[in-house]
Amino acid sequence: MKHTGRFGTYGGFYVPEVLMPALEELEDAFYRFYQDEQFSQELKQLLKSYAGRPTPLYYAKRFSEQVGFKVYLKREDLLHGGAHKMNNTLGQGLLAKYMGKSKLIAETGAGQHGLATAMVGSLFGFDTKVFMGSTDIVRQSVNVHKMKLCGAEVIEVEGGTGTLKDAINEALRYWTSTVSDTFYLFGSVCGPHPYPTIVREFQTCIGKETKAQCLEQLGRLPDLIVACVGGGSNAIGIFSSFIDDKDVRLIGVEAGGKGIKTREHAATLLKGKVGILHGAKSYLLQDEEGQIYETESVSAGLDYPGVGPEHCLLKDSGRAEYVAAEDTDVLDAFELLCKTEGILPALESSHALAYLRSQKGKLDGEAIVVVNLSGRGDKDVGIVEQCRPAG
Amino acid sequence: MRTYKQVFSETKTALVPFFVIGDPDLQTSLSIVKASIDAGADILELGIPFSDPIADGPTIQKADIRAAKNGMNVKKAREFIGKVKAYKDIPIGLLMYYNLVYQYGKEKFFEDFARAGVNSVLIADLNINDADEIIEPARAAGLETVFMATPNTRDERIKQIASKTTGFIYAVSLLGVTGSRDKLSGLVEGFLNKLKRLTKVPVCVGFGISKPEHAASIAKLGADGVIIGSRIVKIIEENLGSKDKMLAEISKFISDVKKTL
Repeated sequence: MKHTGRFGTYGGFYVPEVLMPALEELEDAFYRFYQDEQFSQELKQLLKSYAGRPTPLYYAKRFSEQVGFKVYLKREDLLHGGAHKMNNTLGQGLLAKYMGKSKLIAETGAGQHGLATAMVGSLFGFDTKVFMGSTDIVRQSVNVHKMKLCGAEVIEVEGGTGTLKDAINEALRYWTSTVSDTFYLFGSVCGPHPYPTIVREFQTCIGKETKAQCLEQLGRLPDLIVACVGGGSNAIGIFSSFIDDKDVRLIGVEAGGKGIKTREHAATLLKGKVGILHGAKSYLLQDEEGQIYETESVSAGLDYPGVGPEHCLLKDSGRAEYVAAEDTDVLDAFELLCKTEGILPALESSHALAYLRSQKGKLDGEAIVVVNLSGRGDKDVGIVEQCRPAG
Repeated sequence: MRTYKQVFSETKTALVPFFVIGDPDLQTSLSIVKASIDAGADILELGIPFSDPIADGPTIQKADIRAAKNGMNVKKAREFIGKVKAYKDIPIGLLMYYNLVYQYGKEKFFEDFARAGVNSVLIADLNINDADEIIEPARAAGLETVFMATPNTRDERIKQIASKTTGFIYAVSLLGVTGSRDKLSGLVEGFLNKLKRLTKVPVCVGFGISKPEHAASIAKLGADGVIIGSRIVKIIEENLGSKDKMLAEISKFISDVKKTL
């Protein structure tokens, strides 16, 4: 490896020896192609014409009136595939193509990353397999069908609670036996180096656009940027351009599940302690001995006991603040955005909106808050219907 | 305390069975380990159950779950090792995932387990790049260091692995996770020859070795030891209803393998 893959002391590449050649090859290819003129032109074109970038920065006037300050939504929900995930899968998919790989594997929780991988697999003519926990397959069945329509094979993972952690375990196991010809398209800023760096770079387009749009539409930077954090890729994507702008508060919202005083949540940065899982050192939800906890959240995409190493560093340094939103508040926020703006947010992104509701009366009326609306909520309609039968 | 070196100098090819400590429960697990010692095991490779064993196939994953469900944990595993050593002075290598060692505290983990009687601690998800995180505390505790090499490990890296290894190189016979395979990996001969050419450090071969014939082939290729895990753990899984049959079948399998070495 040419780089240590560390964010402070976090990150690294704690993987079995068998995976090291593949990670070295990936690191080498990433640094070779990422700056390459032809590669960046091709990616830029795909992001524009295939994925639909730039996404709008939208002033949510009626939602703003409800919370008492100015809310702007970075509309990643409008991106092809329905979430920010496409930024990364196009980047890594193109990288796989440049590396001459023709087989993709990916893990998925909510199915957004799996779907974005299936789409890119179909776009480039790859053979695509997506690993998904059995619980998630049930609660995100719409995305399962979409992945299959796009030609991907969805592999059901039975272990554990059948969620994202189990899907990653199984994808890593599968990769150890296919490592010579298969590209593992990782979905978040987690996992072993170089993934946290690669995914970050491919998601920085969110932050760069947001900054330019703020300057153009508002003539100034926002006061707050709010994003939900599971593994943390949409949050890193939008935070990245503002880290040096010290006056902009960065808020990451974790999944509070049934409450962070219970064990049933996924608030890793708030309640975890440092350990090693899935190739990286990060905060983890675990018991005294180091056994990893099963997590709980209404949103499959945040249901993960680890978190990206860069978030750990941002937390320790105090540059970003992390909070949690509980399932009931998330559902309220989901409904509020539907009712006030006619926009169905993903339950993941609704965590960020729930934080805004909690700030009613606490933030100045002139405050400008940008929310990364990382995905759309079509996939969640069934879950919401179950939790809150429409009257 | 008996060392790896003594075993390798006294046997042509050492027989190294792997068990998950506490599988299926503490008492049975101890009986299984004792039976395997009586049947001819030269070294023991023992695992402590972990919630997310990414290097293991379904058989050992299930063993981890059985053991954990029945209350096995790091502290009890340490006591278990003490009991095994009290039964017979046999070298023991631990095969672990890093988070358990990390949470226990590296220095303390190595000290406590060295005192309990283990000879080495191999961490499946810590490769040679980060070896320095554990080498110093391991050696300070008087432990040997064991690292894995795989058929896709490049030559220069094998040399690096050898230079940091004192016990033996754990040569993974195939690309993949643990688990029984019908056939011996086609990669193993070339890989073992390469290891022998590049280093003088003893080499034990593991992953996918499931039959006495496999072990015999590995021995013929000049390995210093053969590690058999999933095949034996499978016998436990298939005989959960009858402890006597379980012990008899494990003893028979181990002595069958022993005869071929």
